[in-house]
Amino acid sequence: MSAKPLLRVENVSKTFRVQGKKLHAIENVSFTLEAGKTLGLVGESGSGKSTLGRMVLRLLESDKGKIYFDGADLSKLSKVKLRALRRDMQIIFQDPKASLSPRMTVGDAIEDAMAIHKLGTKASRRERMTELLEKVGLPAEIQYAYPHELSGGQLQRVGIARALSLNPKLIICDEPVSALDVSIQVQVIQLLRDLQKEFNLTYIFISHNLAVVEYLSDDIAVLYLGEVVEQAPAEELFKTPTHPYTQVLLDSILRVPESPEQKQEMVYIQGEVPSPLNPPSGCTFHPRCPYATDICRSAKPLQRTVAECHVAACHRVEETQNLLMVNAN
Amino acid sequence: MGEPLLSIDDLHVKFSRSEDEVFAVNGVSFSIEANEALGIVGESGSGKSVTLMSSIGLLRENGKITSGTANFQGRNLLKLRPKQLEDIRGRDIGVVFQDPMTSLNPIMRIGDQIMEAMLTHQYASRKEAFDRTLQLLQEMGIPDPKSRFKSYPHEFSGGMRQRIMIAIALACEPQLLIADEPTTALDVTVQMQILALLQELRRKRGMSVVMVTHDFGLATNFCDKIIVMYGGQIMEKATTDQFIREAAHPYSLGLKRSIIEVGHKGKEILPIPKTAKTLTAVLTGCPFAERCSYTTERCHQEVPRLRVFGTDHEIACHHAEEVACHVR
Repeated sequence: MSAKPLLRVENVSKTFRVQGKKLHAIENVSFTLEAGKTLGLVGESGSGKSTLGRMVLRLLESDKGKIYFDGADLSKLSKVKLRALRRDMQIIFQDPKASLSPRMTVGDAIEDAMAIHKLGTKASRRERMTELLEKVGLPAEIQYAYPHELSGGQLQRVGIARALSLNPKLIICDEPVSALDVSIQVQVIQLLRDLQKEFNLTYIFISHNLAVVEYLSDDIAVLYLGEVVEQAPAEELFKTPTHPYTQVLLDSILRVPESPEQKQEMVYIQGEVPSPLNPPSGCTFHPRCPYATDICRSAKPLQRTVAECHVAACHRVEETQNLLMVNAN
Repeated sequence: MGEPLLSIDDLHVKFSRSEDEVFAVNGVSFSIEANEALGIVGESGSGKSVTLMSSIGLLRENGKITSGTANFQGRNLLKLRPKQLEDIRGRDIGVVFQDPMTSLNPIMRIGDQIMEAMLTHQYASRKEAFDRTLQLLQEMGIPDPKSRFKSYPHEFSGGMRQRIMIAIALACEPQLLIADEPTTALDVTVQMQILALLQELRRKRGMSVVMVTHDFGLATNFCDKIIVMYGGQIMEKATTDQFIREAAHPYSLGLKRSIIEVGHKGKEILPIPKTAKTLTAVLTGCPFAERCSYTTERCHQEVPRLRVFGTDHEIACHHAEEVACHVR
């Protein structure tokens, strides 16, 4: 086996109480993530991807299971130790404006992050802030600007600079480019990729844009109603998607055709995303699944290994894989 | 071919700000036939939404249409009184906005909101409107329409709310649906579901769709015609098939190249350099000139006009021939 993982998540679950009912936001999720790698989390809204990200940061407490970061059991850490460890774990949000004070210049906001964690002196923080602005591709003058004076792309770069200021090991990127224009998205994505190489950063990348997730991730976990239904190395997942849900998801991506003949039909997908408050019995995907049989309606499928490092939670894995092979021939 | 359903001619829109003016739309013309889907593609600030919204009388207060016409069924929409426009909007032209939460009434049951659309336009009696609402909810793929009729917007997911918006827009069976980024905020499977539904309505009712989007994948797969806008101007206009085969405007190509698509892993993507500027003066050259690799003196001195570039294909670029050679 390779090096010790930076992050190990073991059977974590999280339940919320909503309208007197139990909502299983995350159920029995496990994964490991090595330093310098990226895990992509995909799934529909409500699938629990952001919740999982927040659990890793311990912004949300897990009900069950364990999370080890750098060898330490997060749930056992004291407040003081956790606070110190938080420096190593940062988050970038979809809306960077919401996480920046409107009355603070962006330069001050970046320095402030360091000051809170008592890093360096005022002078050294200032120096580091200008360095970081350059690293994320912003002009130095921008430090005197207020958030409302910046564009979405610039603000996201500020968010990244601020996260970087603490020299983190892990950054959770929660839909960081979803609000940006296409050409700006690429710039930010490539910046994230370059920074990862330079600083050996580890990412959890959450997005509903599957192409972007594929582009950045080494491994991808597909979430459906709080459960990992499939997990595999990025290329493998896109080449041989095995869970019927992953297949639907990938089929729904609209690609720019290279010739008019390649234009896609709009295919109606059967069924509704069920309410997480009232999840279907057995396999939660069965009402939307073309392969569903009686066993799918009655028994919850366990994760099965379908190839090296590739697991899927589906009773009918053999059938879905056969079909894939038939289609490919 | 008869008269087009909607035809916009030489539309100019300006916004006044405290210190200056923004030239948002600078001479845009296009038309759409019955049963046709048109995609208007561009980035924020390209003028794509303003073009569409101003032509149906939905312009922000500091905006002003300085010239142009928008003919819909023989009437110039830009000359109509607000009351007349309200009559047309929601009855003959359905409108879907990007953010369903800001356009739905939070304290009104969604069934009543769909019914209201039909009742205010005297499209149906109360009883008919009620039945049709249930049918629409069903068509939108919302399970259990009878009980969902009584739900409030906050009780729905984003995707469901968007479908309710679309139900309202379609309630009076409009001939034209105008949609501003209708599926941008949605997950891919829900997006697919809504597009399939709109496709079916086009087939069944011959409805036309004008869709504003920044998503080339969406526009090229769903629409029959494509318009690419930049700096308040049309840069390229073509049937989708022609566009797929021979798009030749440097901006269209740059935008296409800058999309991360499935299978791009490990590839270096070249974003368009620099960012778009807000136009605060009348154009004297090509708005894209400073971001374009083909730029010459002429591009700074002469505004390129939209010209015929091939069958069903128009381009506003002085160097389109050169670009086309380069690409092929």
